[in-house]
Amino acid sequence: MNKHNNISPNGFEQCIKCTICTVYCPMTAVNPDYPGPKQAGPDGERYRLKKPLFYDEALKYCLNCKRCEVACPSNVRIGDIIQAARIKYSKHSPKLRDVILANTDFMGTVATTMAPIVNATLRLKPVKHVMDAVLAIDHHRTFPSYASQRFETWYRKEAAAKQAEYPKQVSYFHGCYANYNNPQLGKDLVKVLNALGYGVQLLEKERCCGVAKISNGLVEAARRDAKRNLSAIRQAVAEGREVVATSSTCTFTIRDEYPHLLGLENDDVRSQISLATRFIYRLIEERKAKLVFRKDFRLRVAYHTACHIERMGWSIYSTSLLRMIPGIEWLPLESQCCGIAGTYGFKRENYNFSQAIGEKLFQRIKELNPDVVSTDCETCKWQIEMSTSVPVENPISILARALDEEATREANGVK
Amino acid sequence: MRYDTVIIGGGLSGLMSGIALARAGQQVAIISAGQSALHFSSGSFELYGGAEHPLEGIATLPAEHPYQKLGVERVAHYAEQTQELLREAGIQTTGSTARNHYRFTPIGMVKPAWLSLADYTPLESADALPWRRVLVANLEGYLDFFPSFVSAGLARLGVESSVATISLPQLEHLRKSTTEMRATNIARILEGDVLRALAEALNERVGDAEAILMPAVVGLKSDKAMFELREQVSVPICFLPTMPASVPGVRTQLTLSSYFQQLGGAYLIGDNVVRGNFEDGRLVSVRSNNHEDVEFRADNFIIATGSFFSHGLVAETNRIVEPIFGLDVEADEQRTQWYAKDLYARQPYMSYGLRSDDRFRPMIEGRPIENLYAVGSILAGQRAIEEGTGGGVATTTALYVADLILNR
Repeated sequence: MNKHNNISPNGFEQCIKCTICTVYCPMTAVNPDYPGPKQAGPDGERYRLKKPLFYDEALKYCLNCKRCEVACPSNVRIGDIIQAARIKYSKHSPKLRDVILANTDFMGTVATTMAPIVNATLRLKPVKHVMDAVLAIDHHRTFPSYASQRFETWYRKEAAAKQAEYPKQVSYFHGCYANYNNPQLGKDLVKVLNALGYGVQLLEKERCCGVAKISNGLVEAARRDAKRNLSAIRQAVAEGREVVATSSTCTFTIRDEYPHLLGLENDDVRSQISLATRFIYRLIEERKAKLVFRKDFRLRVAYHTACHIERMGWSIYSTSLLRMIPGIEWLPLESQCCGIAGTYGFKRENYNFSQAIGEKLFQRIKELNPDVVSTDCETCKWQIEMSTSVPVENPISILARALDEEATREANGVK
Repeated sequence: MRYDTVIIGGGLSGLMSGIALARAGQQVAIISAGQSALHFSSGSFELYGGAEHPLEGIATLPAEHPYQKLGVERVAHYAEQTQELLREAGIQTTGSTARNHYRFTPIGMVKPAWLSLADYTPLESADALPWRRVLVANLEGYLDFFPSFVSAGLARLGVESSVATISLPQLEHLRKSTTEMRATNIARILEGDVLRALAEALNERVGDAEAILMPAVVGLKSDKAMFELREQVSVPICFLPTMPASVPGVRTQLTLSSYFQQLGGAYLIGDNVVRGNFEDGRLVSVRSNNHEDVEFRADNFIIATGSFFSHGLVAETNRIVEPIFGLDVEADEQRTQWYAKDLYARQPYMSYGLRSDDRFRPMIEGRPIENLYAVGSILAGQRAIEEGTGGGVATTTALYVADLILNR
């Protein structure tokens, strides 16, 4: 509580009822059953504070995209108010389906050990229809492929021993996606950071950031993961290493959702947790490192601003880095929600909303027809690939491809 | 991060400065704490409302008024430029700097205006309307528009009117939630087939009316649907502003910010600049909440954070402050002097704002900051509502300051 001005942490009494948030809510635009961020957030909160029975289960429609907070001229944390109300008042208990979707790390561990079978099975039409019928996971969706070798396994076998050779060190929060689905992204980060003179360490017993558990109502489980992660991050920071992540949502969750929704203070380490593109951009800007790019590299790139990087305001780092690559043809996209919102769009009851929200973005991507769409969020990647057939890559992977590795190592004095 | 100019505030004045600088080739960033007051704009802008010929009226304003610092010639020059830049950005307006037109308001009054968006019908005179009989149309369930006020206003000016409530099945779902039956949400639905259905319903009800007056609930992201509806309806449509958020206002904001970005500008929204780093009377860099220790460096800075409503000025218990840099504010010292007890009397706080030199450079302890400029409603000495000067001060000071920066 800001006692001087009597303002609560989420700023709910600062709302002047201007309704600007509703203009920018992607869910309001497609689903009139959603009460809208103003009503679901600060307006509803006044009633809920009096009597919990005013809680409206329609708050489940909120995507937690936080675009209402970006638009709010009064710094009201509207999305947080809605999420906190769901945690506190919802009577809806997670279904088996929600538990499966939320436990990205457990599912990943099981699936990666049997990856070829799991991937093939999850692609079968009859299986998709059974999952739809039994679990209400929409049959249009394909689960992201699982890798047969986890990033952590690759790292321990192929990379760990060499990292100490580098004069400077960072810790990498790889998240579930790089670990189970796209180890190449983790490898790309190691390649780029190594070339800049940074050794990459893993965190001690990293867990899922918890975002899927929070949004599926498994808050206690999320809190356990979060505590474990914070303790690993504190250890890294104490040993002098900043922590970088390649997923915008993991970064956002650890920095902002831990204190705002899980009640876990992180003030002591928050500024040491960064998105990899921000970390690298700063090195370049402060002239602490140099990037040298291949002369033959050509790529037409459209950049999609994922909701959580929009909330952090950090897309400027990813776009600035990509635009440093001389062979890139830059195709800007308007910042808008793609509709997937993590596990939200996998649920049968949400599928149509998800696609309606993303429709204009998909159209625009199809018109531009880029070689690749770049985004810092893995679930946006799945949504855009499914809905447009254009491949989607994390900026770090594009950077790794465009990099003249030898020349960069030389420019940074790395052997 | 390094830019030629960093602008704090992404509303009308910040955007106009940003567009003028970016089109001249500067690298510009605008940092905006959320969306701007353009969302509350009627869609008509005032240069000076107190006289038929605004430039003549401006000469009568007090010496501390931003227009007096500019001088009438510059006001005229930058007012013309405003209309050109708006057109270039894709915003069509009617109106001229030489002479005000009039607009019919949603509570049935007639008010002077300088520029009006194409949605509105400019009137030649304050005392006579160009119609004898009109249809006032509203959408069933839409509560932010008041046909009876409109009709009463029309009657005062000798115009007959009938009121029609249009029911569209495509709006029924939205209507279920009274809090969401808003102009901007309706505008999202009124496209394509639904728009054609609305046009048909209006044509059926129009009878012998010469025009239709209806709320501005058409054309959120572009004005295309608004023009389409006009084409499909047999008599002219005069849109009237609604309660906020205003559809034409949102559209203006989106069009300007997207044009600024097309010109290469960085529009960073949802971030608050929290402090500046000064060296020898110059602002070297600013820091923001989102970017923490990554500072924004620039040769020049513009503060366009607005007045009290947009938190450019903050009234604390016993003083009025500019919260980012602690710039000097022109304001009465005692809280009891800030306001008049009669709501309709002149309210002193409305003219409070930043003290600045003749080049709109704000000050700290009486000394102007060499490379920081203030534009728009944060400037002291204006009484925007009383004078009818809000839009004009926002754009003319913004464009003047952009020229000062370019000619440095």
